[in-house]
Amino acid sequence: MNANRRVKVVLAKPGLDGHDQGAKVVAHALMDAGFEVIYTGLRQTPGAVARIAREENADVIALSSMAGSHLPICRKLKPLLEQAGLGDRLWIIGGNLPAQDHDALRALGFKGVFPSSSRLDDIVNFIRANVP
Amino acid sequence: MKPRDRAEKASRVVVNESGIEIKPLYTSADVEASGGNSMIGLPGQYPFTRGIHSLMYRKQPWTMRQYTGFGNAADTNKRFHYLIANGQTGLNVAFDLPTQCGMDSDDPQAEGEVGRVGMAVDTLRDFEIAFDGVDLERITVSLTINGAAAILIAMYLAMAEKRGYDITKLRGTAQNDILKEFIGRGTWVYPVEPSIRLVGDTIEYCAKHAPKYSPVSVCGYHIRESGAEPAQEIAYALCIAKAYADDVIHRGLAVDEFAGRLSFNFNCFGNIFEQVAKFRAGRSLWAKIMKEQYGATEPGSMWMRMLAGGGGGGLTFEQPELNIVRGAYYALICALGGAQTMALCCYDEAYTIPSEYAQRISLRTMQLLIEEMGLADTVDPLGGSYYVETLTNQMRDRMEAVMADVDAQGGIVKLIADGTIQSKVSAQAYKHQQEIEQGTFRKVGVNCYRTGDKTPEMEFHPYKDQDARAQVEALNQVRAERDGTRVQAALAALRSDARSEARPNLMPAIMEAVKAYASVGEITSVLVGAFGRYREPRSF
Repeated sequence: MNANRRVKVVLAKPGLDGHDQGAKVVAHALMDAGFEVIYTGLRQTPGAVARIAREENADVIALSSMAGSHLPICRKLKPLLEQAGLGDRLWIIGGNLPAQDHDALRALGFKGVFPSSSRLDDIVNFIRANVP
Repeated sequence: MKPRDRAEKASRVVVNESGIEIKPLYTSADVEASGGNSMIGLPGQYPFTRGIHSLMYRKQPWTMRQYTGFGNAADTNKRFHYLIANGQTGLNVAFDLPTQCGMDSDDPQAEGEVGRVGMAVDTLRDFEIAFDGVDLERITVSLTINGAAAILIAMYLAMAEKRGYDITKLRGTAQNDILKEFIGRGTWVYPVEPSIRLVGDTIEYCAKHAPKYSPVSVCGYHIRESGAEPAQEIAYALCIAKAYADDVIHRGLAVDEFAGRLSFNFNCFGNIFEQVAKFRAGRSLWAKIMKEQYGATEPGSMWMRMLAGGGGGGLTFEQPELNIVRGAYYALICALGGAQTMALCCYDEAYTIPSEYAQRISLRTMQLLIEEMGLADTVDPLGGSYYVETLTNQMRDRMEAVMADVDAQGGIVKLIADGTIQSKVSAQAYKHQQEIEQGTFRKVGVNCYRTGDKTPEMEFHPYKDQDARAQVEALNQVRAERDGTRVQAALAALRSDARSEARPNLMPAIMEAVKAYASVGEITSVLVGAFGRYREPRSF
């Protein structure tokens, strides 16, 4: 991408999970890394996440999920992001994500999977290396 | 270690999480310098620094109340009976997210979430099943519910009444602390102002009709999890408790008519002495506030009755077996701090809903303290320690300073409504995470003493889509069987009350709706129609 343009990240809390401490900490880290961060707030439906990502023309769609509903959410979100023309953007997800679900999340197009205990630097570096 | 390194280590500045510098040695001079002995007193006497009861655990050990609930009411009922059979003395009910957000199990937004992180509740029928066979006089029940609290309190009272219990004698607790949900945890439904009104309605209703029931448990816990340090945890919680008290007093109730049933919920991870001082300081500060600012005269009105425990923010994903050890220290902290009720996060909780095995380890951890370690023998065993008494005085000063700062900025309700507190604690959480990643805040297994070991096998709590479908079928069956006319009349009456400028207490209308088997989602929709929905500030 054009090096002069700031990377724009839409950071979403999909589903009903209200645990946003992690998402906000990551948002701070991404801003300190020089990215532009649009935080959606809690309780976003997959449709709302896709709409916000399209309206913002996001380079990165980042999800935070702590309450176990990541697979059903990502299954619904994948076609919506594709229909919104965002299939070529970087999709990542973080949170309470059991190891046995990581392959399924990657197969759904979530290239970066960051379970609890991931380091902030690793998230930042992954985005820098993989943003389209 | 070289002598020079040792000298450097001894002279380094140690500051606790609340920002208080810790000395290598304390003497009576430090107690004097921090304000002296005037606030220590005796247990069971004002200002209750040493405990709210004179004999504390010698008379009755703390209630053990592990947080439990998953799937449907029948699944949860089985786990309740398992825990009671293993010596648990109270219940602490976890609800699924649709229930917590005021949605029915067939709401489109509930898909994939029904019964996942707690028990699904749609109607009174679910409560009847969940508490089947539980002796509600012997086992007190705590409902961890906030946005939908008024409805679930009504369900609990209606269920108990149906089973023949005398509501005027029924004990139990609801979390019902909506203001902290706007800071952390996030199960709000309505805007801030009507949310506070609903909390006030439950307090007023219970004061008049269920005077032994604790309708609110004000939580510092989740504010701490969101990034607050220990002194802020207590200070913000006491500000929130004052906001609820103000609402109820504004309705014309005297402070002693309701304050005795306010309770609290605090966290316990961190430095042992700072935590113990935190509880002792908070207890005396609440007593002082109730007595001096509110004119309370009943001792019960001045008691900071508390559930202490959890400690989730201190547990780690890495080397999870260490969480068993951390949990034991956390339980020790809560016992030394004078908790009325204790619950511990389980060692597997960074991964999954706790297994039965993990729950039993947490329960046994608390039982060990009582049966083997002498924690129930003597009241406030750290009382009189130069260090702990000094720190208690210093923590109280720090809490008062935080509370004064909140008031100077316009009060807790304003600072939550405009997102100021949220931004402050989330910035602190980020700083804390950076300190952990840089290794300046030590976490064993995370930034020191790491092993290359593979994560041990965890028993993941299963989630079955067919259970969610069964829950929806059960809801549909209740809808088919209930008296539809009574439901519509009850909802219409609630709608009228909620829109009335006279602002009547909504609990009687909610009670009638619940008894008619109106669902959580139906009742919430009526209230959303009157109050609207909360719109979250997008700042962080």
